[in-house]
Amino acid sequence: MIPATNNLFGIHTQALDVWQRRTEVLANNLANADTPGYLARDLDFRKALAAAGGPTGGVALETDAPGQISSAAQAASTLAYRIPTQPSMDGNTVDAQVEQAAFAANGVHYQASLSFITAQIRMLRTAISGGQG
Amino acid sequence: MSLFSIFSVAGSGMAAQSTRLNTVASNLANADSVASSPEAAYRAREPLFAAIRNQLDAGGNTTGEGVQVLGVTESQAAIPSRYEPGNPLADADGYVYASNVNPVDELVNMISASRSYQNNVEVMNSTRQLMQKTLDLGK
Repeated sequence: MIPATNNLFGIHTQALDVWQRRTEVLANNLANADTPGYLARDLDFRKALAAAGGPTGGVALETDAPGQISSAAQAASTLAYRIPTQPSMDGNTVDAQVEQAAFAANGVHYQASLSFITAQIRMLRTAISGGQG
Repeated sequence: MSLFSIFSVAGSGMAAQSTRLNTVASNLANADSVASSPEAAYRAREPLFAAIRNQLDAGGNTTGEGVQVLGVTESQAAIPSRYEPGNPLADADGYVYASNVNPVDELVNMISASRSYQNNVEVMNSTRQLMQKTLDLGK
């Protein structure tokens, strides 16, 4: 990614990426709502954003030997298993209502990040056109 | 863009649930079928679901996951026999063998399958909207 774009849209490009990944994880949970033994997963937003280079994280872990924990493994570890509220007999921990609610909330967050980026673009456009456009 | 893979994930869920609905339809249609031997009698069918587990890519993204139908299993419940000497399918002792379909089980399965299908359709619709909004970025 170009650093200039990074500064332009701030944290929102990374946030968008994380929301998108979370959408994928939640879609997977819903698709496997009737799969025996499937364990529902979710993404820890704070950890994922830190792994994506957000401001909450410190310096990224550098590896100089194969076999050490890579940044990819760190990103993967942001996926966690959901604690089931109503475990079922077939070992499936997907609670359709919980997943639906999370999916809806996730969509709103995604749109919020999009709005921030749109506002930034609009501001730039105003600056470029000098308020004439 | 990884939002695209959600379509395949939700699509696999819809395909799996429609397979399930298909077996329910087949079971209900054959609930009253009879045969002349226990081996030939209709047995209730049920699909076996399993999650597709793929490797994580370099960015830690889960690519192309979803659900798959591993196969269709046949119920091992006992086959009920009825004494119907007048039935053309009756065996030498006058018995016919009915299917082991439990209509209550099938109806419960049908409701569950259609709800899960609707969930997947909803996921697909929401994703489509999010993608549309992303394409309209900056307008």
